[in-house]
Formats: sequence, C-alpha cells, structure tokens
Amino acid sequence: MTVPAVSDADVERIVRDEYARVVATLVRRFGDVDLAEEAIGEALLIAVRSWRRDGLPPNPGGWLVTTAGNRAIDRIRRESVRDARQKEALVLTPGSTDPLGAVDDDRLRLIFMCCHPALSVEARVALTLRLVAGLSMAEIAQAFLVPETTMAQRLTRAKRKIKGARIPFGVPFAQDLPARVSSVAAVIYLVFNQGYLATTGDAPIREELCAEAVRLARLLRRLLPDEPEVAGLLALLLLTDARRPARFDDEGTLVPLAEQDRGRWIRPLIVEGHDLVRECLRKQRPGYYQILAAINAVHTDGPATDWRQVLALYDQLLTVAPSPVVRLNRAVAVAEVEGPAAALAEVDALDLVPYHAWHATRADLLRRLDRPAEAAQAYDAAIALADNTGQQTFLSRRRAALPD
Amino acid sequence: MAQEYMLSVIHPDGFPTAPPEGVDPEAMFAAVDAFNREITEAGIWVFGGGLMPPETATVVDGQGAETVLADGPFAETKEVLGGFWVITAENLDEALRWASKASKACASPVEVRPFQPHE
Repeated sequence: MTVPAVSDADVERIVRDEYARVVATLVRRFGDVDLAEEAIGEALLIAVRSWRRDGLPPNPGGWLVTTAGNRAIDRIRRESVRDARQKEALVLTPGSTDPLGAVDDDRLRLIFMCCHPALSVEARVALTLRLVAGLSMAEIAQAFLVPETTMAQRLTRAKRKIKGARIPFGVPFAQDLPARVSSVAAVIYLVFNQGYLATTGDAPIREELCAEAVRLARLLRRLLPDEPEVAGLLALLLLTDARRPARFDDEGTLVPLAEQDRGRWIRPLIVEGHDLVRECLRKQRPGYYQILAAINAVHTDGPATDWRQVLALYDQLLTVAPSPVVRLNRAVAVAEVEGPAAALAEVDALDLVPYHAWHATRADLLRRLDRPAEAAQAYDAAIALADNTGQQTFLSRRRAALPD
Repeated sequence: MAQEYMLSVIHPDGFPTAPPEGVDPEAMFAAVDAFNREITEAGIWVFGGGLMPPETATVVDGQGAETVLADGPFAETKEVLGGFWVITAENLDEALRWASKASKACASPVEVRPFQPHE
C-alpha cells in the first residue's frame, strides 16, 4: 500500500487551521496555557514524523487534540511526583471526551481570555495571534514592527499574568461584554489584515486567515446581535473580502481599487455587507468599525467610488480615531477630491517613515504630479519595506513605468 | 479553590487628611462601611483596614548583626498605600468587579494583585 505524500506545506496548513481548536480544547481541559502550548509543541513533532511515515489521519485536528492531551497528562503525571496538588487537580478535572464539534465556543472563550482588558493591548493582540490564529512569533513581531525577542517577552509576561491573576477562560459577565468587544474586534481585524496582506509565504493572500477572521466575526455577531460595532466589524470584513478575487491579477500583482474588475467581486458578500451597514446606520451609535464599513460600502456601491462621501466618512473617522494611519488613508481620498498636491502636503506632514504604505502613497502622488525622480525614490523605499509579494510586484511595475 | 486577592487603595500622599477636590471624607467613610458590610455578607471578606499615614511608618532591617531602625516609609512616593482589603474570588473577573465597587467607595484607584497560592 502506498502512503500519500505529506508535504511540509500540508502539515503547516493543517497546524494553522487546527491550532486554535487544539489550544482551546486543552486550555479548557487543563486550565493552563503553558501546559497546552508545550503539549501541542510535542504533539506537532510527533505529527510531522508520523504523518510523513503513515500519511494523514482521517481527522488531523482530532488526532492533534488526542495526542496533545496525552502529552499534557504525561507532563502532569511527571510533575505530580514532585507536586501532589497538581495530581489532585488532574483528578478534579478529568480528561474531557468532548467531540471537536463542541469546540467553537471554546475558541470564543479563548479569544475573550486573550483579549482580557487586564492585559495590555499589545499583549492581547500578540496572544490572540499566537494562540487563536496560530501565527509564528516571527510573523507577529513583523506585523507589529518589533524585534522577535520583544514579542517573546511580551507573550511570556502575558501568560504569567493569565495564570497568576487567574484571568478566566470564559465568556465575560453580561454587563462587561460590550466593553470587551472593541478589543476583540481590533484583534479580529488585525488577524484579517494579517491574512489579507500576508507577511510571509509566496501567496499574497492567506485566505485561511481571512476566513478565520470572518468566522470569528460571525461568531461574535451571533453572540452579540445588538452590538453595532460587531455588525460593523463583520460588514467591514465582508466588504473587504468580497473584493479579494479582483485584488490581484493572474500573476499575483496588486490591482488598485479603481482598476479592479468589479464583475469579479463576490456579490453575496457585498449584499450582506451593505445590509449590515444599513442596520448600523439605523442604530445611530457610530463607532470605528461601523465607519470603516461605511467607507467600504461606498467603495462597493455603483460603478465607481463616490470619493466625496469617502472623504466625509474619513473626517468622521478622525473624530473617533485620530491616528496617523487614518490620516494617510484620508489623504488618498483628498487626492481624488482636491488633487494630488493637496494630498501630498498632508502625507508629508505625517511621521510614518517605517510604514511601506506611507512611501507607496507618496510615490503615487509624486508620479501623478510629474515628479518622476522623487517618485522613483519613494517607490524604492516602499518596495524595500513592503512584505507582500503582490504589493512588491505592483510597486516595481509602477516604478519601471516612470518616465526617465 | 478560591483565590485570594489584595485590593490596595492608592492614595495621593496626604489623603484623606487633605482629600482631593470633590471628595467628601464623611461620605467616603460611609461608602467604605457599606462596602465592608457588602463583602462580609457576600462571604468573601478575609481581612482589611485603613492605614495611618506614611509618616507613622518605621522601617526595620534585621538582616545584619544588629537590627537597624529608620523613621518614615521605605520609599518616599507621591502615591501611598492608604489601606487594603484581602478578599477571595473565583477568578480575576470577580475580583475586578469587587475592586470597581471598592474604588468607588474609597474614592481612589485600587490595585488588584493575586496572592501566591497557599501550600
């Protein structure tokens, strides 16, 4: 009998897909994040060996849960020789035999734990990307422009606090729920963007990460149907995701919004997103995600973007989120409404030198202002900082098309 | 197994002799009494009390051959420990909810810190 070949990429993909499920199940069973992570680490080593030799098991996720669970029990037993209390804890919380179907809510519990307001914002994001999205330390560090060692320390410290202060693995009290939502929303949006503009690998979009973020947003929406920011978040993700098929050409090069083939957009997602934006408008409790969703609703409404509406929405967005990145995105709308010179003045006033999009925006504005030498310099800086292959190709082509 | 948490009341130095603007000491003491009754009835009160001001403190260092005494607090700080509660709670969420009530009652921020587990 021949064993079907299992590539490293297969293993990596499965691990990515199943990571949150496995973590959530083990944290619920053993109440210890470090133990869960260590056990999963061991299980993954066994998985790579065993799957390469014998082929994939029918249910790799279930296989990982069982194997990691057994490794965790082994660890507890070893440590119980020294520590009788942990032995008692094992007796008190017997190994669960829950099927994987019960895991969805555990993932949400895991998210609320990772996004607990007693943790710093940086720690919440890092924990969620590591434990829920299963990103590597390198990817998380890159996403937040910090050294890998800094990110590792941040995660270690956060996990110590979860354990020491007993940050619960659970859904918050009903009264606390809305206050916890915005940090969860921020994290889900970051996961989505991590997928939408993947920082590693050759594929410019990691569809599974976008799908994971959308799935989490839908779950959050089911749990909090009356929270407009949750509806706004879901709408934002759907309206962005809907443009995915047109966002890169067949060679994987980025296609700017104005040049996208609107016929390739995913119509049902746009309809659902527009419905959600209308629902938000009726509730009249605007917030960050709802305004971003409304901007994307304008982009996906009719044959072309109404940039005046977009600019008005960015002005509203600045009142709730006055950040340099929002100002940069607003400047793109300014270029369409007032012209590239006005936009360039606003862009140049921003301190975003380490951010590739700042250079890319400047490059485009300088190109449109017939200042090719400066545009070329800005393109070079943007290409050097861009970590997405589709973006790099797009920027390189634009740079090559500049007049001498 | 419940966890013990210390709720430390963070006072600006001089509080409550010179309470910050908008704080009525009488109302604050009444609110703290009410909070004490509430946590006693809830069965989560372990210990607690208000401290005399830092200038009543004496630092004792008995590590050397002779015990050395020093007048005053260990460190001069703008914020001081005004008092504390020790409570039991199932997890941090419960402790934080009590701390929120405690903070309102004593008109000060409250630091929540878990105790090391008892052996």
